[in-house]
Amino acid sequence: MTTTAATNMLKLTINDQTVEVAGGATVLEAALAAGIAIPTLCHHPLLEPSGGCRMCLVEVDGARGGLITACSTPAVAGMVVRTNTERVRTARRDVLELLLAEHPLDCLTCERTGSCDLQDYAYEYGADGKTIAGAAYPPAAVRPDMVDGTNHFFVRDLDKCILCGRCVKICAEVMGYGAIDFVSRGAQTKVTTSFDVPIEQSSCVFCGNCITICPTGALQPKQGARQGRSFQYDKVRTVCPYCGVGCSINLHVRDGRVIGSSAAEGPSNRKLLCVKGHFGHDWIQSPERLSTPLIRGEDGELREASWDEALDLVARRLVEIRDQHGPDAIGGLCSAKVTNEENYVFQRFMRAALGTNNVDHCARLCHASTVAGLALSFGSGAMTNSYWEFEDSDAFFIIGSNTTETHPVIAAVVERARQRGATMIVADPREIEFAARADIWLQQAPGSDVALLNGMMHVILAEGLADQEFIAARTEGFSELEAKLAEYPPERAAEISGVPAEDIRRAARAYAAAGSAAILYSMGITQHTTGVDNVRSIANLAMMTGNVGKYAAGVNPLRGQNNVQGSCDMGGLPGNFPGYQLVGNDDHRAKFEAAWEAELSPTPGLTVIELLNAAEAGQVKAVYIMGENPMVSDPDLTHVEEALRSLDFLVVQDIFMTETSALADVVLPSASYAEKDGTFTNSERRIQLFGPAVAAPGQARADWEIICDLAGRVGHEMNYPGGTAEIMDEIARLTPLYGGVSHARLAEHDRRGLQWPCPDAKHPGTPFLHAGKFSRGLGQFAAVEYRPPAEVPDDEYPVVLTTGRILYHFHTGTMTRRSAGLGAHVPEGYIELNARDAADAGVGDGDMVKVTSRRGSITTRARVIEGIAPGVTFMPFHFAEAAANVLTNSALDPTAKIPELKVCAVRLEAAGAGGDA
Amino acid sequence: MVPASSPLKMADISAFRRRCEDQYQLLPRQALVLVGLGTCGLAAGGDPVAKALREQLATEAEAVATADLEVEVRATGCMGMCEDEVLVDVVRPGMPRITYGHVTPEKARRIVSEHLIGGRPVDQWVLGQITDEDRPYAGNVVFDKQDRIVLANCGFIDPEKVEHYVARGGYAGLERVMSSMSPAQVIEEIKASGLRGRGGAGFPAGLKWEFAHKAPGDKKYIICNADEGDPGAFMDRSLLEGDPHALIEGMVIGAYAIGADEGYIYCRAEYPLAIKRLKIAIEQAKGLGLLGADILGTGFNCELHIKEGAGAFVCGEETALMASIMGERGMPRPRPPFPAQRGLWGRPTNINNVETWVNVPRIIARGAEWFASIGTPNSKGTKVFALTGKVRNTGLAEVPMGITIREIVFEIGGGIQHDRKYKAVQIGGPSGGCIPESLIDTPVDYDSLIAAGAMMGSGGMVVVDEHTCMVDLARYFMSFVQSESCGKCPPCRIGTRLMLECLERICAGEGKMEDLGWLERMGQRIKDYSLCGLGQTAPNPVLTTLQYFGDEYLAHVQDKVCPAGVCPALVSYTIVADACTGCTRCVRACPVNAISGKVKEPHVIDAELCVKCGACFEVCRFDAIVRGAAAAAAAVAGGAAGEGTATSEEVTGE
Repeated sequence: MTTTAATNMLKLTINDQTVEVAGGATVLEAALAAGIAIPTLCHHPLLEPSGGCRMCLVEVDGARGGLITACSTPAVAGMVVRTNTERVRTARRDVLELLLAEHPLDCLTCERTGSCDLQDYAYEYGADGKTIAGAAYPPAAVRPDMVDGTNHFFVRDLDKCILCGRCVKICAEVMGYGAIDFVSRGAQTKVTTSFDVPIEQSSCVFCGNCITICPTGALQPKQGARQGRSFQYDKVRTVCPYCGVGCSINLHVRDGRVIGSSAAEGPSNRKLLCVKGHFGHDWIQSPERLSTPLIRGEDGELREASWDEALDLVARRLVEIRDQHGPDAIGGLCSAKVTNEENYVFQRFMRAALGTNNVDHCARLCHASTVAGLALSFGSGAMTNSYWEFEDSDAFFIIGSNTTETHPVIAAVVERARQRGATMIVADPREIEFAARADIWLQQAPGSDVALLNGMMHVILAEGLADQEFIAARTEGFSELEAKLAEYPPERAAEISGVPAEDIRRAARAYAAAGSAAILYSMGITQHTTGVDNVRSIANLAMMTGNVGKYAAGVNPLRGQNNVQGSCDMGGLPGNFPGYQLVGNDDHRAKFEAAWEAELSPTPGLTVIELLNAAEAGQVKAVYIMGENPMVSDPDLTHVEEALRSLDFLVVQDIFMTETSALADVVLPSASYAEKDGTFTNSERRIQLFGPAVAAPGQARADWEIICDLAGRVGHEMNYPGGTAEIMDEIARLTPLYGGVSHARLAEHDRRGLQWPCPDAKHPGTPFLHAGKFSRGLGQFAAVEYRPPAEVPDDEYPVVLTTGRILYHFHTGTMTRRSAGLGAHVPEGYIELNARDAADAGVGDGDMVKVTSRRGSITTRARVIEGIAPGVTFMPFHFAEAAANVLTNSALDPTAKIPELKVCAVRLEAAGAGGDA
Repeated sequence: MVPASSPLKMADISAFRRRCEDQYQLLPRQALVLVGLGTCGLAAGGDPVAKALREQLATEAEAVATADLEVEVRATGCMGMCEDEVLVDVVRPGMPRITYGHVTPEKARRIVSEHLIGGRPVDQWVLGQITDEDRPYAGNVVFDKQDRIVLANCGFIDPEKVEHYVARGGYAGLERVMSSMSPAQVIEEIKASGLRGRGGAGFPAGLKWEFAHKAPGDKKYIICNADEGDPGAFMDRSLLEGDPHALIEGMVIGAYAIGADEGYIYCRAEYPLAIKRLKIAIEQAKGLGLLGADILGTGFNCELHIKEGAGAFVCGEETALMASIMGERGMPRPRPPFPAQRGLWGRPTNINNVETWVNVPRIIARGAEWFASIGTPNSKGTKVFALTGKVRNTGLAEVPMGITIREIVFEIGGGIQHDRKYKAVQIGGPSGGCIPESLIDTPVDYDSLIAAGAMMGSGGMVVVDEHTCMVDLARYFMSFVQSESCGKCPPCRIGTRLMLECLERICAGEGKMEDLGWLERMGQRIKDYSLCGLGQTAPNPVLTTLQYFGDEYLAHVQDKVCPAGVCPALVSYTIVADACTGCTRCVRACPVNAISGKVKEPHVIDAELCVKCGACFEVCRFDAIVRGAAAAAAAVAGGAAGEGTATSEEVTGE
């Protein structure tokens, strides 16, 4: 479908017009190509044709019975189709009449009035639901009083359901959950859960894609109900602020307020969303939003201040500290949640205005090892492929990524491929959703990935499954790897990882045998003291089998925040200017010095954890934080707090008061994504433009405006009268990766955006990397030795704790925990543990358990589950009141300086019911 | 048992067949008692009869020995005379095979003593005799009109013994195919035979095989549709119970022809005996190397699985059936793609029904020419019908295509029960239609039936007499299809519901004249717009009854009369005082105490209380109870009784 070019073309006649389409196209697709609309209720391009609603009936000469469904019938050469004859129109009107005969005609009060396909077709075809049944016999409703609104997100009104089945199919075919299906027969048929239980007791994950796809008012979000219908609000398309997928969403704006949200058709998500993207935007209107600058007074309390007062104070203190202690006594954290333009401005401010390279951000905590590792192996540290290429992948190796919870829309693409026959291999210590669906699940011990990967590669080599041609032509350093792999027969890998040797063999064969195999990984790989080793092993595996540098096959680190790719691209890293140009490279530095008219430091700055350590040591005196919350997100929080408290001056710029801003000397209110414009770069390197939906609350300002204002006050003018578009032009001038990017181009083709590298204005962007040649020339193999995690269980701390995200919350919970539905659905944190460990600790499911590591102790609720190995526990890190990161280890990977958030040793004790942290 | 120590190779099969024949052939001193133990026989009490036979033989062991007899009691499948179950056949050396009907355990004991041991058939229970197994009951019109190709083994072999099947020519077709025919030749043979699908639509089987054969793909499937769901149809059940190896042989031949190596038999779970016997047969065939890996040592593999259906009528539709096999809800999908292109798990798949598959080994063994000589130019071979309803001889009948309805109903079926008046035959189940008496000489073949507005369907044939209300019959079928609609497409789900509600109103006396035209239009719409065969044919019973029995609809709507006296709201029972003797039988029969009166004086029915069940009408010996339209009956009662207080309201009400 996507790239299989040169398919046989065929010609047919539709409404006396000759249409040429590729073989395999349906009559509906052929009509669409010719600009002829055919009504549909059950059809959707993401779904297998259903043919159920009978709205797309068209006349075809010579067809049995004359009428066929356009959605399901393949176009055939010479076919003569008529889509709008009297007979066709009568058929459609009759079908509508039948549907309306048992549909509650309550359009006056229905939320979907004005955006209801059934209503639109009824209008177009003049169907009123009375004609066909005979006015004398209005049939009774068959599914009345079947409204289920027990969950936190949406209402199901089965009386309005026309049984088109789109919701059933998207849930099963695309999302892979199958939470709902048709039950009963005849007039009693309805769509519901197994055993008709309320939806929250089913396998539903509330992605809301069923709502998006529903043609009537049968499924309605709770948010926004009775606040306005489609013709009463504006739909403002923007990019979701949560994970790195970069889905397009619509914010519903009425009278300057965001009253709701829905899915938008975007290049990365094709109108799919997850629960956060669909329902998690109500915090925009939260009364808790910061709306005025705050300054910590003599009394130690924060008080309101004017912008002038606040910025003057910030400028004065930063200049004082710089002048007194040198520029490197100041550090800044930019943000993976603000725009490219803002990150660019921030790092320019730190480098050019203050003179330090001490700029970093939370990418350090997620994919620093990717950026470092893949740069060494391939020359570029980003996802090699585009999400929708995965539709055509033959096999997936998913390691250290709980894709369905952290990147649900990418998971949907993978799931579709799996359902069409692609092999799925999952390596994860927990039985995550994909582990349960996988063909092969490898339950490795946390921190044993190098051994597992070396074991797989040993098998591939031993069984002659390596792509020797690719190795010879495209790579270097293989012999060293070969020698190292000899030390890792699967039996040894099994001993270290706990994965049976036979499973390692099966996985190796399945991966190596696939025509195009895609690796997906995430923090399970990167957040280790061996993070770079892990990443390089993955790169080894891909190169050894020739599974990189081509369509639908590659190495794909899934980025965790909406602009984590962009914030790295923009130079939010201590050693890099925008586009990964090096601060230590004289040519690169000279270019930026000339452009910024400032002298720049050639010394790479401090990374996040190094910065905090330096603060505690008294070397760093001032820190400027833009939109980050290290007081929840960073490891060893007790230490983080000590470090921040030891600073002379802390500035935090954010949309809410956070655990971090509560410690600040100055708090600056910023505009959220809904209130500004700019670009985000998602995980598939796609730069997407968005604009404001509403005005920022109170005096809150866009981050870039604040920084530029501040820059002037410290004596470095950064004026962009042309706004963010002008900033992007500057980025493009200085950054070859973004050389052809401009806001004007990004707006083209319904905001398709551009995927970097995009070196010049003519370049169409790059869907997959390393075609024909790696960014660094030859791919570099690395002989990687297994090293155990920094902290391993012992008698005192006998259990491993691993941490991660859950579907319903994002990062430190600043946004999601203020969203009504998400906050209520999962209101508190927990620890997952095996029954054996629960018994050892003397706790049962639902009891409170005290978790202690060498760094601290918290109390949380126990969830006793089966899908986790004895001796391993898991905690989500979103919950500040019982923060997992109190426990985690800040030991660093030596190269990437990423802390080992995924493995630490803890002790479990019963805390008594209802205990509190 | 003939020992089958190891799987057979092609070279072994002749020797094996001879051993089977030896076993099947009775020796001079061997006697045989056959008991019909299909579902029909079991339901009529076959098990106790078989037990009684064995007990009696044991009791009289000495006498048996004295008579120099060796007796085998054999369970066999349905002979087709379901009406006369329990059937017991006795084959005594030197005597023809004698069939007894309505056998009870007591009768069974007497049959053993008198016939088997004594050599004197118990004449009063004899149904007939068989001298030639190929022409059973020669001289009996019920069987003379039949041509038993498909049912050839039913009632003769023990379906749990593969040796019996082989002895009667079983697996000769497979042997011929595997030893001397290419897949293309097999397909040509089936095409030449003219075999059309026996599941209802009548698509040429050979052509269908050819599509699947030619479809690209390294993995293909075959399916047997044994989800027999039409009310009143039980042909497939009898075949599965009576001759399971014939199905297996047919499917293996088909698999070879199209290039499949795996198949499913989708059988409704309501057929436990059929499933049990299929399982036995599959194991036997695998043990003998006639199924499974390396069939007859040729390297050809074919595995068969049984998938039990969960009771949805729509799963008889092929795309829904495949969805059900794949573990999904049984809902049809549009074609194309046809199963031959994209079937089970997206692979080319060939689906035929039980009777079609069972024809295959017969055709291969005896040749396409032989098969094509039976039937009509466009409908070759035979068709098995399940004859039910108001006909005397209910059961299974296998007739050559082209025989007339009259021959089936009045010769094979023996005419109408109680010599009542024949009205119509409902043929083809809920998808079929009603053919009226005026068309009784319609030949039974695919095309003639469609021309008459009905269809062959799977072969259910319900005979209807004057006491059947055609509106009520149409209502019944509509309620069946409505409750079995999968709900996927609006015409079927909602259209049938609206039609059913309309028919219910008509039967309740609330119909209007415009309803009749509306029914016809709605029926046509459902046919035109529905996705699958269920919806496309659902209105047929209504449309054909409207066409042929419009006057009955008119009577319901215009006169508020149900001429057959079936629709409760349009019927009233009254007692003609002059004829009533006051015997009180009706009082005792009435379930709601609606009848009162003194002994030996005329009785009266309280119309308010009467539920119109007709029990009084059935028991009255003096024709004193009159059934008729509500109004007319009221007038009769009023006139006869002079006062008629009970019904005066109805009179004025009209």
